[in-house]
Amino acid sequence: MERDDIIEYSLHAHHSEEEGRKIRKKIFFVTMLLSVITAVEVGMGMIWGKAHIDVNGWGWMSIKIAFILMTILKAGYIIMIFMHLGDERKTLRRIILVPYLIFIAYLFFILFFESTYIHEFKAFIGWV
Amino acid sequence: MAGEATQVIDKQVLWGGGRSPFSVSYGKMMMWFFLISDALTFGGFLTALGFQRHHLVDEWPITEEIFYHLPGTHAHAPLVYVALMTFILIISSVTMVLAVEAGHRMDKKNVVKWLAFTVVGGAVFLGSQAWEWYTFISGPDGIFSTWEDNATLARNFYGIGTTPENPVEGPQLYANFFFFITGFHGSHVLSGVILNLVVLIRSIQGWYEKRGHYEMVEKVGLYWHFVDLVWVFVFTFFYLI
Repeated sequence: MERDDIIEYSLHAHHSEEEGRKIRKKIFFVTMLLSVITAVEVGMGMIWGKAHIDVNGWGWMSIKIAFILMTILKAGYIIMIFMHLGDERKTLRRIILVPYLIFIAYLFFILFFESTYIHEFKAFIGWV
Repeated sequence: MAGEATQVIDKQVLWGGGRSPFSVSYGKMMMWFFLISDALTFGGFLTALGFQRHHLVDEWPITEEIFYHLPGTHAHAPLVYVALMTFILIISSVTMVLAVEAGHRMDKKNVVKWLAFTVVGGAVFLGSQAWEWYTFISGPDGIFSTWEDNATLARNFYGIGTTPENPVEGPQLYANFFFFITGFHGSHVLSGVILNLVVLIRSIQGWYEKRGHYEMVEKVGLYWHFVDLVWVFVFTFFYLI
């Protein structure tokens, strides 16, 4: 019986020694970038973390947004380079990414607006 | 790099439409579909965490005051241990992508080498997580250690301003979210390590060489990168924010 996981176009995903060297260079660059971003995040967390800063102020809000932007940057590099989504067809890329861009916006909304509203509403009606 | 449907393929193995959708093989596309749905599960957890964490903003424990331990020392090093765990996972992700790259060159020796490193990285991550759970449950120097009444889940001693001498109770939800999110992620790491191990053994046995391509490495690679990706988000939303 023919198996559909060994059809011919899978075989097409080969590359030469030379291309391999180029790809490894790119992988090395992304590795450095991910490590540096993680180090910056940890540094920021240690210096301006919620232990040292008023969690209701605007300073903490901007740090939070910076954390989220760095996370999305890291996620983007992992998805596009490590998971090779950048090399797939445009349609497949959009099918996977667009729902998640909407979802991240939703997560952002729940995190910052919805929960803050509930928090303030509870204080307003005196229910803890 | 991606599989392009440039060759004529036997009708029998093709999908109903006469060619593969998006020029991706069946297995790879199903892996993407699985990852999409799995990401929604994690997204649900993180949304719930974000909501609870911000609406209980006055009582929510401060992560840096809880996770500051390092094995073998009493130093106060907030976030360092979890940063180390993140780094281990990123590096094992890199060795995985190197294995995929070696697979594209049909370089069996390097596939085996990098896959072996990936398995080791995953195992080290799991060990680190076990240590972190143990430390979280038993508290600094084991002072909260009460396995009998399951202390950390039933009563969270990590309220705001808690110290080893004077533990303050905080919201139980904190420990629940910690165990649930890192536990669910950890079980993904465990299954990833097992999958990588299976593919490693089959690579050593020469299965994929006989098959003519290393796409299986690419597929488990997708899963492994996804595990890393989820940890990037857990790191931000649980530990940093």
